[in-house]
Amino acid sequence: MTTINKVAIWPTALITAVLLFCATTAQAVDPTQMPTPELQQRYLALTHELRCMQCQNEAIADSPVDLAADLRRQVKEMLLAGKTDDDVRNYMVSRYGEFILFRPRMSIKNLWLWFAPGALILIGAFVAVRIIKQRAALVPQDNEPLEEDIRS
Amino acid sequence: MNRFLIPLGVFGLLVIVLAVGIKRSPEKGIIVSPLLGKPAPEFALPSLTDPAHVVKSSDLRGRWYVFNVWGTWCGGCRAEHNTLMEIRQSGAVPIIGMDWRDSESEALSMLQQMGNPYETIAVDKDGREAVDWGVYGAPETFLVNDKGVVVYKYVGPITPDAWQKEFLPRLPQRQAGAPAQPSKS
Repeated sequence: MTTINKVAIWPTALITAVLLFCATTAQAVDPTQMPTPELQQRYLALTHELRCMQCQNEAIADSPVDLAADLRRQVKEMLLAGKTDDDVRNYMVSRYGEFILFRPRMSIKNLWLWFAPGALILIGAFVAVRIIKQRAALVPQDNEPLEEDIRS
Repeated sequence: MNRFLIPLGVFGLLVIVLAVGIKRSPEKGIIVSPLLGKPAPEFALPSLTDPAHVVKSSDLRGRWYVFNVWGTWCGGCRAEHNTLMEIRQSGAVPIIGMDWRDSESEALSMLQQMGNPYETIAVDKDGREAVDWGVYGAPETFLVNDKGVVVYKYVGPITPDAWQKEFLPRLPQRQAGAPAQPSKS
């Protein structure tokens, strides 16, 4: 029994090693290296904040589809050409629309969404204060003795 | 009764907002192109049928055209192929194709088998031009007017129904009144 177990260790170890290797390579969708650490950092930040339009809930940095690769190449080329981060964002938005940004920008269209939580809290506070004041006003009137108390 | 008026009003408003949201939800999967009403991207790409020839956007200026992004790897493109053939036969408007991230030989053999609905076909081998058009999946079809402005974008395989309802009414009368229109088959 024990010898069989010893023999089985090697294939198991090999399979484990292969699986581990696959796991690490599968994560490296994007092997792009930019010439300077500063550019590399901006490249990574941008590719993580742009949506892969084909697989909508993934960033182009993490998506293995061709379109994501094309968009990453576009980001890379624009950065190498000396464009700013905002130039890249504006380019993408002008082609694919606001939806390509994971973090939507504030605009007149969505302004109410940004301010709705604050407005709702204010309305709630106003209503609460009014109710408390109304109830408080009732208390002095309630101090009068009950009819039954008077009779007895 | 009066004290229920405000909550009731708020509830009514919520119902309206949600009803509109639900009614519009089928459009959610389709991303409205920011190119609408803007000049179509300029391009100069090799022709599929004659690699020595360059298909230029500037050469297309002055007339309406349909810009159809396709590839042999795309099932939806095969699905719409017959409709494109019918549009070509109707002569309503020329169709310019863009073969996206494809093998030229496979594209040519597909057209040989199924017929060629395109006036010219530009080859976008590496997908750069598709990014410029904001393409995110094939087939996608743009309608460009004589001034080079994108008038309409359709995502997915064109059906005879979509052609009649979405494309024909947008074409100028003279061209929309062309005798033969693709039949519903």
